[in-house]
Amino acid sequence: MIETITSFFLQLADDYPRWNFIFFYDSFQWWRLVGGLKMTILLSIACVLLSVVIGIVGAWLQGSPRRWVRLLVQGYIQFFRNTPPFVQLLFFYFALGQITPTITGPDGWTEVPLISNVGWAIISLSFFAGSFNVEIFRAGIEAVPESTREAADSLGFSRFQSYVELVMPLAFRVSLPALNNNLVNLIKTTTQAIGIAVPELLYECVGIWNDYPSALYPTMTVLFFVFIILVGILVAGMHKWEKSMQIPGYGAS
Amino acid sequence: MNWTETEPIISIKDLHKSFGSLEVLKGISMDVMKGEVVCVIGPSGSGKSTLIRCINALNDINSGSIKVEGQEVHDPKLNKLELRKKVGMVFQQYNLFPHRTALQNIMMAPVKVLKQNPEDVRERAINLMTRVNLTGKEDSYPGELSGGQQQRVAIARSLAMNPRVMLFDEVTAALDPETVKDVLITIKDLAEDGMTCILVTHEMGFAREVADCIYFTDRGIIVEYGPPSTFFSDAKDPRTKEFLSQIL
Ligand SMILES: Nc1ncnc2c1ncn2[C@@H]1O[C@H](COP(=O)(O)OP(=O)(O)O)[C@@H](O)[C@H]1O
Ligand SMILES: [Mg+2]
Repeated sequence: MIETITSFFLQLADDYPRWNFIFFYDSFQWWRLVGGLKMTILLSIACVLLSVVIGIVGAWLQGSPRRWVRLLVQGYIQFFRNTPPFVQLLFFYFALGQITPTITGPDGWTEVPLISNVGWAIISLSFFAGSFNVEIFRAGIEAVPESTREAADSLGFSRFQSYVELVMPLAFRVSLPALNNNLVNLIKTTTQAIGIAVPELLYECVGIWNDYPSALYPTMTVLFFVFIILVGILVAGMHKWEKSMQIPGYGAS
Repeated sequence: MNWTETEPIISIKDLHKSFGSLEVLKGISMDVMKGEVVCVIGPSGSGKSTLIRCINALNDINSGSIKVEGQEVHDPKLNKLELRKKVGMVFQQYNLFPHRTALQNIMMAPVKVLKQNPEDVRERAINLMTRVNLTGKEDSYPGELSGGQQQRVAIARSLAMNPRVMLFDEVTAALDPETVKDVLITIKDLAEDGMTCILVTHEMGFAREVADCIYFTDRGIIVEYGPPSTFFSDAKDPRTKEFLSQIL
């Protein structure tokens, strides 16, 4: 089986020199690609989860009775929404990375940064997407009727209990389509981690086609293909989740 | 602090409440004894909802005093939860939690707020469903129930907190005529069981039957009040007479 595949792609590279799928017959290039794919999946999952948490916490803080807390959240949103995410990434890694402490590495004598480039990529992308998520959840919260919240008040719910038990569960359902869009964008934006040498899929692909210019078209093809699949999985998952959360007899959508 | 049952369970003195420059309550006083059923009637916009929302601190007040079991409701040091355990409220639009079943709606506050044992609460909630005549609807979502059924779930949800006083704000006003009766029967049962109730209502026949005292409000003041036997037949104030002639 593997034999036939490798010989097929060897033959293809011979017949059409621009279509050198080197990673399908050279195991070293294959594992480069797989490593990049794993890193892209790791970035995607970590950033999706963290950015949603940031959105939920931010939307809670935005309803704070304290003015300075609301101003702080507003400042955060303005900064991350209105500046380029790539510049944010460089800022986190190069500027903040300089002032974060280092720890002794696993070998016992070299100093390594507390937060690696992968860590900074996750943090920066999550805060970027999180700023949009705060706004998305806020719109959902505004759609929860004041009267429903008053019912919770009159039953003794605290602001926090009411947020967890009532406001967020209802707001989340309303927010899902917009959240979906933002998370799709987030997954695609993970490729910018190449800017701080995170070995994700784009980084490995560029590496491969630098070493083997004849593999340019094939690696491009792989890139598009992988992201179509990854985003497809996300969208299908969100759709399924949306359906499972539908409330009988509630909402026309 | 040491309230006894010989004193009013709810005591309102010279209550003033404004929204911005609009003065909605202009000096309301009212005493309600334990077990009493009080109906508040009056034209739309006269401040009835505002009055009962002040009693459980959903609205703040400008001046005056409201005491529930001797405790000042608008004391800034008051523990709101203590107040809300004592005072149940039912709204015109039911305001059930749409993502929870009828039974979960009833169980939520005792379990999440009072941290009571879910198994015990569940048993009580099932009994309450029977009490409001909704056995079999435990697993229905609010959106699958009629208005009257939702309103009875809302009443059961309030009762699950074991309140001392129940406030009802035009709870049948949004209902289809056929389902009004079931809700009124539920409230009447409650009243007969000795629950202290304050009801804002337009159901004059019902008020006459269950109320110990009827208050007529107009433009933020109490125009007159009395037991139904005298209130309906010998209203003295021309505003009351006019209102009654329109509604009866
Ligand atoms: N939250 C509010 N903000 C401003 N005005 C209000 C608010 N709630 C009620 N009002 C006004 O107060 C007046 C009395 O309202 P309400 O107590 O609801 O009367 P009722 O229940 O007797 O119809 C109305 O003029 C209404 O518009
Ligand atoms: Mg009203």
